[in-house]
Amino acid sequence: MKLLNRKTNIDFMSRRNIALVFSSILIVLSIITLATKGLNFGLDFTGGTLIEVGYPSAPNTNDVRDNLASAGFDSIVQTFGAATDIVVRIPPGDVEESSAELSTRVLAALSQGVEGEIEMRRVEFVGPQVGDELAEQGILAVIYAMVGVFLYIMFRFQWRFSVGAVAALFHDIIISMGIISLVQIEFDLTVVAAILAVVGYSLNDTIVVFDRIRENFPRFRKRQPVDVINTSINETLSRTLMTSGTTLLVLFALFFVGGKIIHGFAFTLLVGIIVGTYSSIYVASAALVLLRVSKFDLMAPEKEGAAIDARP
Amino acid sequence: MNQYSIWKYLAILIIVIVGAVYAVPNFYGEDPALQITSSRGFELPADLTTNIDDALLVEQISFSSSEQQGNRLLYRFKNTEDQIKAADVVRKALGEQYVVALNLAHATPDGLRAIGGKPMTLGLDLQGGVHFLMQVDMDTARSQQLDRYVDDIRAVLRDQGIRYVSVRHEGNGLLVMLRTAEDRDQTLNLMRTDQSLVGLDILELPTGESFGISATVQEKQLLELQQTALKQNITTLRNRVNELGVAEPVIQQQGADRVVVQLPGVQDTVEAKKIIGATATLEYRSVDETNDAFTASQTGRIPPESRLYTYQGNPLLLKKRLIVSGDQLIGASASFDQQTGQPSVSVTLDGVGSKRMLDFTRENVGNRMAVVYIEQKPSGSKIEDVISVAVVREPFGKRFQTTGLGSIREASQLSLLLRAGALAAPMEIVEERTVGPSLGADNVAKGFKAVIIGFVLVLVLMAFYYKVFGLVANMALFANLVLLVSLLSMLGATLTMPGIAGIVLTIGMAVDANVLIFERIREELRNGNTPQASIRSGYEKAFSTIADANITTLIAAFVLFLFGTGPVKGFAVTLSLGILTSMFTAIMGTRAVINLIYGGKKRVTKLSI
Repeated sequence: MKLLNRKTNIDFMSRRNIALVFSSILIVLSIITLATKGLNFGLDFTGGTLIEVGYPSAPNTNDVRDNLASAGFDSIVQTFGAATDIVVRIPPGDVEESSAELSTRVLAALSQGVEGEIEMRRVEFVGPQVGDELAEQGILAVIYAMVGVFLYIMFRFQWRFSVGAVAALFHDIIISMGIISLVQIEFDLTVVAAILAVVGYSLNDTIVVFDRIRENFPRFRKRQPVDVINTSINETLSRTLMTSGTTLLVLFALFFVGGKIIHGFAFTLLVGIIVGTYSSIYVASAALVLLRVSKFDLMAPEKEGAAIDARP
Repeated sequence: MNQYSIWKYLAILIIVIVGAVYAVPNFYGEDPALQITSSRGFELPADLTTNIDDALLVEQISFSSSEQQGNRLLYRFKNTEDQIKAADVVRKALGEQYVVALNLAHATPDGLRAIGGKPMTLGLDLQGGVHFLMQVDMDTARSQQLDRYVDDIRAVLRDQGIRYVSVRHEGNGLLVMLRTAEDRDQTLNLMRTDQSLVGLDILELPTGESFGISATVQEKQLLELQQTALKQNITTLRNRVNELGVAEPVIQQQGADRVVVQLPGVQDTVEAKKIIGATATLEYRSVDETNDAFTASQTGRIPPESRLYTYQGNPLLLKKRLIVSGDQLIGASASFDQQTGQPSVSVTLDGVGSKRMLDFTRENVGNRMAVVYIEQKPSGSKIEDVISVAVVREPFGKRFQTTGLGSIREASQLSLLLRAGALAAPMEIVEERTVGPSLGADNVAKGFKAVIIGFVLVLVLMAFYYKVFGLVANMALFANLVLLVSLLSMLGATLTMPGIAGIVLTIGMAVDANVLIFERIREELRNGNTPQASIRSGYEKAFSTIADANITTLIAAFVLFLFGTGPVKGFAVTLSLGILTSMFTAIMGTRAVINLIYGGKKRVTKLSI
């Protein structure tokens, strides 16, 4: 079986301006969404208390809410997966309230007026200072990852490639976060991990194309850079589709059967990998064209020979 | 031709076999077991096993095996019924000196265990339990240390008969005021030389109406004291957790001022929090019999050497000087007072404590002594309760009883806290995560289902798409999974839900290397190369691409590891290990198998790819 039996020869780069407009619109839309709707920050970042309980039979969420309100809790009550599963979120309060004793009192309040026993499934309490630190660490992690990658590509390829790869990463992160914000997936630590995995994956994809470009420049000395880039993308196309395909397959498995806890993680990766595959062609490679990459960029040691070649 | 040397085939085979052996422990279940430890962390006596064996024999409870692992004894049982019955029997037989905890011991066969084989530890999100992140209140710790210096300076001056105006701490420094220049010079000298006053920067204040010395505690000394406080807190927490009888707890320092406490299997978080978070200690002080407490409380003129307390609604003056404090206590157990029948705590003191107690009681027969219960609240405030005031009837030292407690339950909780020791500095829970056992089991089931479905889907796709080569890649993928699991087991890594996600993602990405190689081989074939040459150049040309692509992903995973905590770290570890093992299996492993299939043949006209 072969997806692409013949050698493909799609002129990707001729559509790079359309793609540039498309990506720009997506980025602007993402920034607008992020600015207006914001991220649905999870407990890890906001601090507060989350309690998941299993009821013997599906309770009325309004009753649960009233129950908690009468016990003096300002809470958000939602069902989680099944109708018998209830998640209660309590925002961080003043100093005394932020004590971990809170979860104990909430559990007591929930148990009131329930026939049979409610089952405690999960309690999470995060103090406010911990949340701030985690947010800071998350942002730092993304920045350091980018710096590391920029340097590595500069060392192995050339700075134009670094710019292309990092531009693609920015593109992927902003659009992924835009979509997370749009569908209001809970933004917690696992989503941060997923975004970093997207960074890794998108890079992987970009590097494979770059590697081929590096290989093809000496092979097709007479051709235009745009032409060489086009050929390289075509040559790696079936690999790109196959790898994205297998990864998406397992992610779908994770998304549909992995359970609610891992939902946000799987969703972020699904979005990120689709965006990342697109960006390695239309952002990373297009950036090379924009930056006027040429065969000389990758042949520093052979400058003399190249100069002779350039003569008429 | 495409052939590896024999040693290369052998090396690959050995690595895969060793990997398989270390992955195997994960497939054995767990035995219900009892874990027996000494409640004060002592060595277990050699005859302990005979005692337990006899006790179990009397009750006709059979166990499958027993073994000693360091400072704990492990008894395995056939079923949980026996385990629970045995727990009662053993508890009764051994008494309060030992902690008997229900445990699940992994059932790895002895042979495998002898070579260090063990299953992956399941994280709390998979097996259920409590996770606390506790922060030490360093500000309070700091001011406690300054208070200690103040006490020490006063003690030194008293011993030398030097009369001072005041000794107090102000901000981050200490201030000593004296009456004469002579006293000041003598004090200066003492402060520079006394063994108990190290780590101070001492400064003579300009002479004014009084003669003063100011001192600041050196930053190095403060840091050292804080580290000691943190270490002592960890020891105390460990003692308390031990008292709770939790099997396999984790108590670790995190960062400069935090401690992680993980208690797998514990469900009663209320009780756990109460015991772990409590900072109770007892102090024994003498009652100030020379001054009248009522006058002092009405006029507000409290003698400088005493402090005012209330006991049963009445004012009480206690001397500031301690007789004995909680850290000189080596044993405590709850009992009933034989004369009155009231709940009480019998206390045993260490050498220094019992000498001081004896000195005090000898001189003070007929005088009163009070017990102060001190509990530190997370907010920094202190509760100080006088729980008993009693007349000293005869001199005593090492052993005595404290009464005045409300109930036997209160008595046993206090004795537990006293045994475990006091926290050196107050702590606050800044993060708590509790996972119920049913949710944990749910997570495991769903996680493994996702792994298996994803795995099978990839296998099917690869076999269809690359035929024989696809099957070879599938073998490599399987070997990769085995190696990854065995590496995680050998490293003693904890498997968490994000860790499982990392494994799933690795499966998806591990085929990438093979896809790159196989696409390259197809390309070479299309360019008209012979099958053998295509295999060789396919592998060679794909290598640098694979290396570059994986190293950049490793950089991202490494950063994730550095900045992440807990579950995120677990994800980073599985992802990085997965990249490494996949490079081995996808490049070396598949090449070896392909070589075995095609490499030896003289004439290969067609590759099944």
